[in-house]
Amino acid sequence: MRFEARETIPQWLPWMTIAGACVGTLCFAAVLIAAAGAPPLVGFKELFIGSFGSRNAITETGATATPLIFTGLAAAIAFRAKFWNIGVEGQLYAGALAVTYFGTGLIELPPFLMIPFLLIVACVAGGLTLLPMVLLRQFMRVDEVVTTLLTNFVIILLVSYLLEGPWKDPYSLGWPQAAAIIDAGVLPQLVPRSRLHLGFAIAIIAAIVIWFVQSRTIFGFSSKAVGLNQSAARHSGISVTKTIIFIGLLSGGMAGLAGATETIGLKGYLTLDLSPGFGYTGIAVAMLGNLHPIGVIFAAIFMAIIYVGADAMSRAIDVPTYLADVIVATTVLAVLIGQVLVRYRVVIRG
Amino acid sequence: MAPLLEVINIGKSFGSLVANRNITFTVNSGEVLAILGENGAGKTTLMNIIFGHYLADEGVVKCAGRELRGGDPRAAIEAGIGMVHQHFTLAENLTVLENTLVGTQSLWKPTLSSAEARQKLVALTDQFGLYINPDAYVHQMSVGEKQRLEILKTLFNDCRLVILDEPTASLTPQEASGLFASIRKMVSSGLGVILISHKLNEIMQVSDRIIVLRSGETVGTLKTADASKRQLGEMIVGQKIMRPVRRSSRMFDPKIRLQDICTRKTNLQSSMLKNINLAVRGGEIMGVVGVAGNGQQSLAKVMTGHIKPTNGNVIIKGVIALEYTPMAFMELGVAYIPEDRTNDGVVGDMSVWENAVLTETKNTDLVSSTKIVRTLQCRSAAEGICSVNDVRFQSINQPARSLSGGNIQKLLIGRWFARSPEIIVACQPSRGLDEGAISAVHQSLLAARGSGAAVVLISEDLEEILALSDSIIVMYDGYASAPFENNDVDITSLGMRMAGEGFDAF
Amino acid sequence: MILDFLEVLVNAGFWAATIRIACPLLLATLGELVCERAGVLNLGIEGIMSIGAMVGWTAVYMGADLSTGVLVAALVGAAFGLIHAGFTVYLGASQHVTGIGITLFASSIGYFAFRLLLPSSTTPPKITAFQPLDIPILSDLPFLGEAFFQHTAFTYLAFLAVPLVLWLLNRTPFGLAVKVAGENPMALEAQGIDVLSVRTLALVIGSALMALGGAYLTMSAFDAFYFGMVNGRGWIAVALVIFASWRPSKALLGALLFAGLDAYQVRAQQLAGAVVPYQFFLMLPYLLSIVAMVVAAKTTQYPKALLTPFRRGERH
Repeated sequence: MRFEARETIPQWLPWMTIAGACVGTLCFAAVLIAAAGAPPLVGFKELFIGSFGSRNAITETGATATPLIFTGLAAAIAFRAKFWNIGVEGQLYAGALAVTYFGTGLIELPPFLMIPFLLIVACVAGGLTLLPMVLLRQFMRVDEVVTTLLTNFVIILLVSYLLEGPWKDPYSLGWPQAAAIIDAGVLPQLVPRSRLHLGFAIAIIAAIVIWFVQSRTIFGFSSKAVGLNQSAARHSGISVTKTIIFIGLLSGGMAGLAGATETIGLKGYLTLDLSPGFGYTGIAVAMLGNLHPIGVIFAAIFMAIIYVGADAMSRAIDVPTYLADVIVATTVLAVLIGQVLVRYRVVIRG
Repeated sequence: MAPLLEVINIGKSFGSLVANRNITFTVNSGEVLAILGENGAGKTTLMNIIFGHYLADEGVVKCAGRELRGGDPRAAIEAGIGMVHQHFTLAENLTVLENTLVGTQSLWKPTLSSAEARQKLVALTDQFGLYINPDAYVHQMSVGEKQRLEILKTLFNDCRLVILDEPTASLTPQEASGLFASIRKMVSSGLGVILISHKLNEIMQVSDRIIVLRSGETVGTLKTADASKRQLGEMIVGQKIMRPVRRSSRMFDPKIRLQDICTRKTNLQSSMLKNINLAVRGGEIMGVVGVAGNGQQSLAKVMTGHIKPTNGNVIIKGVIALEYTPMAFMELGVAYIPEDRTNDGVVGDMSVWENAVLTETKNTDLVSSTKIVRTLQCRSAAEGICSVNDVRFQSINQPARSLSGGNIQKLLIGRWFARSPEIIVACQPSRGLDEGAISAVHQSLLAARGSGAAVVLISEDLEEILALSDSIIVMYDGYASAPFENNDVDITSLGMRMAGEGFDAF
Repeated sequence: MILDFLEVLVNAGFWAATIRIACPLLLATLGELVCERAGVLNLGIEGIMSIGAMVGWTAVYMGADLSTGVLVAALVGAAFGLIHAGFTVYLGASQHVTGIGITLFASSIGYFAFRLLLPSSTTPPKITAFQPLDIPILSDLPFLGEAFFQHTAFTYLAFLAVPLVLWLLNRTPFGLAVKVAGENPMALEAQGIDVLSVRTLALVIGSALMALGGAYLTMSAFDAFYFGMVNGRGWIAVALVIFASWRPSKALLGALLFAGLDAYQVRAQQLAGAVVPYQFFLMLPYLLSIVAMVVAAKTTQYPKALLTPFRRGERH
């Protein structure tokens, strides 16, 4: 058996392999459900009922998809340029810190100004958090994977310090959480009496805008060239450093928005468990979305179904909720296999 | 007695490209068999099949009468075949001895024994005149020394047949004749040698028998004594392709001038430039020669804004350059055809049309003031570039990596020349191309010269330099000689200067 | 006050803690180093440490003896090395994404299995971990004895790994092949050695070492398994490899230096805790790793073929 490079790649092929990756992952999940002592079909039924079976389940899935769209976009934008931003989790908290700083009474504006203002500061905060790592890589050749990963730990410790120290809400009965966001800064609900908020719509708009930027503008054109071959881009007069810095700001900005919408849309205040690893799941979302902004929307919804559904399944038939994390991780690996099959034909012969 | 090597009916294709078809020949001990053919004729593929890097689609290779297991270099080495690759297969961070030891002992042995190996290596060095220090680190060695190490590695494995793939590509003429002397010693001690080259002179000088390949097929086999250069030339190319001839042209004022340029080492591979002064006039092709790694790359990069000199000025059309970025230089009329066209030239995974306009990110005809790419205009501009330069493709949307080397180069030259550049820096523009593409590249460079552009041609192919250049400079250890008139030099005198002669004054 | 901060350094307990903290880092760093010398960046390290910690502990909890537990951890680590090799060496997939994928996969499947085995434990159960093993005579030395010679067998094993890896890389034909695989794989292929096998074996050995680093946490440093207990040690090890310029002896130095600062940090926290919040002390290892990488970045020479997949029979 050997691999032979394909001369041309049909457009549908990547999406086919992604569909294959999803099926493969679910098969593997079935094995794990069986290993936990439950019949897999019952498990999947519980999973889909839990994430789609009721109005409440659907809105819950949408609410969970919201941060995943943003973190998925953050990873997809960076990965497309071969900038390995694994610090989305940290940038998410940076965005949450920014909205907490400005949104808990420091500035008061009417809602139609307050909400955009908070989103912008979160975006800036996320971008600025990533910027030093971008500069270190471009100017000093410091590997960004490790620096962005390590920064996650630093930022979460910073959040922990602020929530236990100076930002601690005196009315929180001892819990480490910050004061509530003022009413003008809170995102309205999309469906009354649910947790689905305006952030979901903002996330979809963000994905569409990024799609437009990537496919139509000269910045998108340059960043595609930089991502695929930095050296050829540089030799063609494209400023690689400038392009990567923009990509970094945009990627960090999306991560910041994830933190902002969770804080001002879902919770209303900052806590230390704001994100159960949305930043890392974003990597899986980006891979499953083929690094395409519209693909990311669907991938995020898929992952949200898994998370929300796995919770319900765990309550119903006692399969550990960590199953969701296993599924997320498996999709990353399955999509990687798919990517190889997109570029190479498998030839079975001598 | 069975011949040393028998190659029977070998065929191999990569996707739709047929690289070898029905190739049959033998090699005997004590002879040098030359395999001749232009770039892309399938010589290297054939050698890679014999040595086991590739698995042939059909045919067999027999060594001393026994069939060789295909697709396994180990089997080839054990059968006594050694190969010196076109690109060195050396680990730069290890010593000569360590490089020789790789693969000679079982991987499961708990200790690496080197004392005996050292003795054997030193003995081989003396026997074949391949002098080299066993404890030198490879990254400190010259190209010639690395070449000798590669040959020593095959001799160390007790090979009886040595394949040399384009061994003289980056040697000075003097180093090349040293290499030929070693080859004669190897042959007279009973070894067989396969020499691959596209240089007729070398082949006539050192081989006993010649096989000519064209488009993957054998065109003919003949004794070197019976062959003439003219006859071989026609066999290689098939129909006659004339390379364009340089005619005298009008010279203008200098378009680009370097004043006391110095640069620092940016990485281990690059070299510093030391006090370079030169001027290239409009309508002039200036040839730059030198052994690889003596500063030619840095010279090209400083002239195109890729690196900023630590001292001195680049003066373009009378104005001192201030901003050293590729785009700033491009806007002053500089074009750069880099040596490595697949890595530095095209973005292989982008389409032909995207690559054709990759340099035009600031072109207001193709990009609107709101920074939107005008796709339709881009495509028609790309179609224009491709038709003017005879770039052949199935679809303008196909990825550039699926084009042949010649078409990639024509695409690159086309997109740069569409900008009507006044200063052109071309590095090894015809390396690895077939005769038709070489002649197209030369035609483009001469046309640019005719229209008054200043052309800097950096090449290791001295015949190309002598055919195209009006003046020639030699680079050695980061220094550049004063320019010579083309008529005042020949290959031998350039070779001596490339080895450092005449550079004591610096 | 300043004297208090200096006094820590002459305290044998501080040095003993440094040795203890260094062990998991040292094993993980050596493991990563072996992988990277062969040309493969193994970002699965964090997850492989986590699953190593989990299976080593679980084996002992289920009744195996300690040395079997260590062996099980190494074997599971090796298995994940094999998976990594399947993706990066044989399929040529992105080493970055594969590594992150393996980390997510190894840690989540570890947690999943742990929950299946111990469904309803709120306080993590404990095992009898490795006990200190006094080296005869040496352990009786004043100061030095308590600092360096009253550690567990696992600790001595971790330090023994340094000469072992040095010997492997510099004194064996396999080590030579590993170094060539990371520098110019074509040079290996041209001498008739299968690059893919060499890289795979290096990944297997390296990943086994990483898993041992994880197992040290649950079997020697502590006696229980917690979720998230690796806590970035794997990423710090990746930074340490760069800091060590891919040399085992410098990796030892780096791990000790790091552990020393960490041990010092804990003690300084007690002294200055009232003034400086503890989170800032906890940030130090991560910040120092970044600083170490920046310092090393200018001078180090990466193995040239790091991150580059090798495909046999492809046109070059």
